[in-house]
Amino acid sequence: MSELIHLSAVRRRRDMLMRGLLAAATALAVLPLALILYLLLKKGLGAWGASFFTTDPNGNFLGDPGGIKSAILGTLEIVGLATVIAVPLGIAVALYLVEIGRQGRFAGAVRYFVDVMTGVPSVVFGLFVYITLVLTGVGGGFAGWKGSVALGLLMLPIVTRSAEVVLLLVPDSLREAAIALGAPRWRVALRVVLPTALPGLVTGSLLAIARGAGETAPLLFTAAIVQGTSFNLGQRMNSLPAQIFNDVGQAQDRLVARAWGAALTLVLMILVLTLTARLAARRSRLA
Amino acid sequence: MTEVATKAKRVTLGGLNAYYGDSHAVKGVDLEFAPNQVTAIIGPSGCGKSTLVRCVNRMHEELPGARATGSVRLDELDVYGPSIDVVSVRRTIGMVFQRPNPFPTMSIFDNVAAGLRLTGTRGVKLRERVERSLIGAGLWEEVKDRLDAPGISLSGGQQQRLCIARTLAVEPEVILMDEPASALDPIATLRIEELVEELKQRYTIVIVTHNMQQAARVADKTAFMLSGELVEIDSTERIFTTPSDSRTEEYVTGKFG
Ligand SMILES: Nc1ncnc2c1ncn2[C@@H]1O[C@H](COP(=O)(O)OP(=O)(O)O)[C@@H](O)[C@H]1O
Ligand SMILES: [Mg+2]
Repeated sequence: MSELIHLSAVRRRRDMLMRGLLAAATALAVLPLALILYLLLKKGLGAWGASFFTTDPNGNFLGDPGGIKSAILGTLEIVGLATVIAVPLGIAVALYLVEIGRQGRFAGAVRYFVDVMTGVPSVVFGLFVYITLVLTGVGGGFAGWKGSVALGLLMLPIVTRSAEVVLLLVPDSLREAAIALGAPRWRVALRVVLPTALPGLVTGSLLAIARGAGETAPLLFTAAIVQGTSFNLGQRMNSLPAQIFNDVGQAQDRLVARAWGAALTLVLMILVLTLTARLAARRSRLA
Repeated sequence: MTEVATKAKRVTLGGLNAYYGDSHAVKGVDLEFAPNQVTAIIGPSGCGKSTLVRCVNRMHEELPGARATGSVRLDELDVYGPSIDVVSVRRTIGMVFQRPNPFPTMSIFDNVAAGLRLTGTRGVKLRERVERSLIGAGLWEEVKDRLDAPGISLSGGQQQRLCIARTLAVEPEVILMDEPASALDPIATLRIEELVEELKQRYTIVIVTHNMQQAARVADKTAFMLSGELVEIDSTERIFTTPSDSRTEEYVTGKFG
């Protein structure tokens, strides 16, 4: 009996120790995150002034360096076009994989390819577009739409993967019901499967957009960095990540401060996207 | 109402075999489903009842690796014939499934109209057709004031009648029901059985069931299957009182299954 008690005491101590270690590891992991948020808010809010969102960077050596209007609008435009490219295409590929290709060999190859694409570093997409579209001078040199292509390529596999998962969640009994009514497969896919999966597709797409919006590397050699606001995707275009990248590299406190302000803006934009995605997911009838 | 009437057709299976890959699920079945009659198919779980009815409207072949041989004739027309459009087969031979499966994103109205929209049928007065189908499925009085409510807001039994209305809306000639009441409570089950009685005035009805009382209540004829083979088919009364095969007798008296 006493031996049993002794054993359980040892076990209890070991349990305590492990719990303590895990708690410490968790704290260690969360600490940098908390620090980032703290610094971001402290320095970022400090940079947010009255004209921060309404003026373009001006490049003046002294005085007010200007705000980030062109960067915000540029990011919206570039990411908007990237979304128009990646989301319909990604969902179409997922529809093909789930509804038509299924377990076939070609579908398997596509699935593998998409997985590989997901793991490709973002700078590679930038390089790819730089070599194929910028260096070759298609429609001029650097341009906003080329940044969109790079971001679109980056987002495509993310959209496809998440859409495939969501489409697979649509119960087969619904497809069966539709087919038994005499519907051709493509109509079943468009009229039954897609609407049923819609909230999940929205969630996946928003997360992919959030991912794309924060990328710097694909934009540096495609859309480049400029000061002025542009509504022409055929020209060089500013963006938040590129602006931050540029400002942080300057040995001037007022520019570094602008980088913090821009970073906070970017994080908030992505936060809104992520929260919207969560909301859409909660409304899903499938989850 | 009248244009649907007397459209029921005779279904004749000839040497029907069905396979899942190498596994032989339905073995050389010859069988006839008479118009304006209810034919019940009974037999132990896994004997091939579902597979058999899914061959009738060519749903079986939708599964990967599944195929069927033999013939299924609708009056004189072989639905497995080379020039037959599968999609038209499924419009003519409607199917109701074991679990009610209304489309979750669609309203009650849209669920009933779904068949017409999904098949691209034009020139139909939609409201009229939806109303008539809901009346036909015995659901109109319960839902006429909330046709815009989601189909899945209905109770299980109502959902199943909604699915029946959805099937009726494409104006089939034959209706296959695969254990349509097995997921429902006794009262909802009774409603479905009453409905089957009414529907046979206009359609050829095949109902799979593992509930022998149900077969006895609704069916004019009953077929007994075992291990993929048809053991016998006869009037329901004879199957349950004086079947000609001893295996049928053992099954209906509850000795196995
Ligand atoms: N999708 C499938 N893939 C492979 N085998 C199946 C499939 N569905 C049914 N079967 C097999 O076919 C046989 C008949 O099944 P089923 O027609 O569903 O029987 P029942 O409806 O009488 O219970 C069973 O042995 C079952 O295991
Ligand atoms: Mg079955």
